[in-house]
Amino acid sequence: MWRSLWTLVRRDVSLIVMRRQDILTVVAFFIIVTTLFPLAVGPEPEILRALAPGGVWVAAALASLISLDRLFADDWRDGTLEQIVLSHQPLPMVALGKIAAHWLSLGLPLVILSPLLGYSLGLRGFELVVLMGSLALGTPVLSLLGATGAALMLGVRAGGALMALLVLPLYIPVLIIGSGAVSEAMHQAGPYAHLSLLGAMLAIALPLVPLAVAGALRISLD
Amino acid sequence: MVFRRIPWLTFAAPRNFHVLVQVLVPWLVGGAVVLAVAGLYTSFFVAPPDYQQGNSYRILFIHVPAAWMGMFIYLLMAVYGVIHLVWRIRLADMMARSLAPTGALMTFMALWTGALWGAPTWGTYWVWDARLTSTLVLLFLYLGYMALRTAVDDRENGARAASLLALVGAINVPIIYFSVEWWHTLHQGMSVTLTSAPTMAPSMFTALLLMTGACWLYCAAIALRRAQVEVLEREAETQWVRDLIRDGDSRTWDRNATVADARGTIREEGRS
Amino acid sequence: MWDGVGDFIAMGGHGPYVWGSYGLFAALLLAEMLLLRRRRRRTRAMLVRRLRRTASAQSPGEMT
Repeated sequence: MWRSLWTLVRRDVSLIVMRRQDILTVVAFFIIVTTLFPLAVGPEPEILRALAPGGVWVAAALASLISLDRLFADDWRDGTLEQIVLSHQPLPMVALGKIAAHWLSLGLPLVILSPLLGYSLGLRGFELVVLMGSLALGTPVLSLLGATGAALMLGVRAGGALMALLVLPLYIPVLIIGSGAVSEAMHQAGPYAHLSLLGAMLAIALPLVPLAVAGALRISLD
Repeated sequence: MVFRRIPWLTFAAPRNFHVLVQVLVPWLVGGAVVLAVAGLYTSFFVAPPDYQQGNSYRILFIHVPAAWMGMFIYLLMAVYGVIHLVWRIRLADMMARSLAPTGALMTFMALWTGALWGAPTWGTYWVWDARLTSTLVLLFLYLGYMALRTAVDDRENGARAASLLALVGAINVPIIYFSVEWWHTLHQGMSVTLTSAPTMAPSMFTALLLMTGACWLYCAAIALRRAQVEVLEREAETQWVRDLIRDGDSRTWDRNATVADARGTIREEGRS
Repeated sequence: MWDGVGDFIAMGGHGPYVWGSYGLFAALLLAEMLLLRRRRRRTRAMLVRRLRRTASAQSPGEMT
């Protein structure tokens, strides 16, 4: 079972990496949204620094959101998804594999890039480490939650705005605690409480959300 | 014996549900009116002005019930959603669907009355208080639920997708609430410190209780009525609906209703 | 407790807030009830029309 999961992850990652386009789009989106903050608010370093944790986190959440529509859609359109469902693989495992691949190819670049953007908004040293750590723990949860929305939205026309309406409310706890971790690090307080909460969220979401995603896929494929 | 003959599934059969609503709604509406009249009288003529907030606190008599109902209806919707997903009982889905607009309305009213109460009390219509923020998120959850329903073309798939969404949302409601609460305590310095509800005189408590009762009965009545219309629309082709339209509403129900009735699987037989 | 109708309406200076809350609440509940009543009547009328049509057509089984 693990082997087939691994195969699926490898297949999906290489599919996305081969296209390259999606990764570039999502990364560019992440950078542009972060750039909007200084442009809209003004270049005062103090204000930008105060905005930085929230800014980077909001940009990451939105980037995660826009990357979702391709998560199952391609495989659904060409019938691969139906084949997978009909095969004897446990569907939650398949969902987990697809989400893992999605995060590895589209979420991880954001995590790697985030210190750069954080630095440009005025975060320094340890704060950047915390920013990266919080995103590393938080964006997988976003991918998991978003996957539920993506699975429910399969086959729905004009789903973009609706997807945001479904998924963003679910993102709120992660957003609060993720950006909270960075804020705590900025105020000389330990970010560890926040980071462990994020870790707890990930630990809870990792086994449970794939079940919901599998249910949603079954409904959409019916 | 009697218990075995009238299990709860009796009313899950659309035909029996129709009868049940026909019988129940006048009582619910009557109860709501009585409680509302008594509640309004108590809120305006018995409960004394609050020594700090003056008369603006009287808004709380509708604000608190609306907020409670908004949250309660979402959870109820999720429960019906689970019943629908697990046992495939379509009536549960119709109930969930019928509850959504009323729940959204209550949530909206909680926000609206909260803003109008906050204006004289805190000096601002809106603060990013934990309760306000999570109520706003709850409203978004309702809107997403209703939007998903209308967006999916296939009715049954849309219903199941919405049921699943309600379940995921309901699990998230407490998480959202606590994370927002936590976020708020961290940012306490930035926002207005909020007073909780004023220490209550007994008459205030009575008024609140009466208004909550009225609100609950109203929501029950309107959701049941909406589900009834929904049942009629979906079962338009069945024999029992035709009999009903031809002979007028009957008050007797089919005691032999089965799970299959509730799931609509033997509906074909009823067609002429 | 109240000093006449004017005092009641004024609500000790909080009139607009109190009546704005109660007013909109009442209006929205009323709107919800009226909309539902309209929908119910339409559904009933639709069902009656459908019944008449099948009765006159005398052709069972034409529906799906």
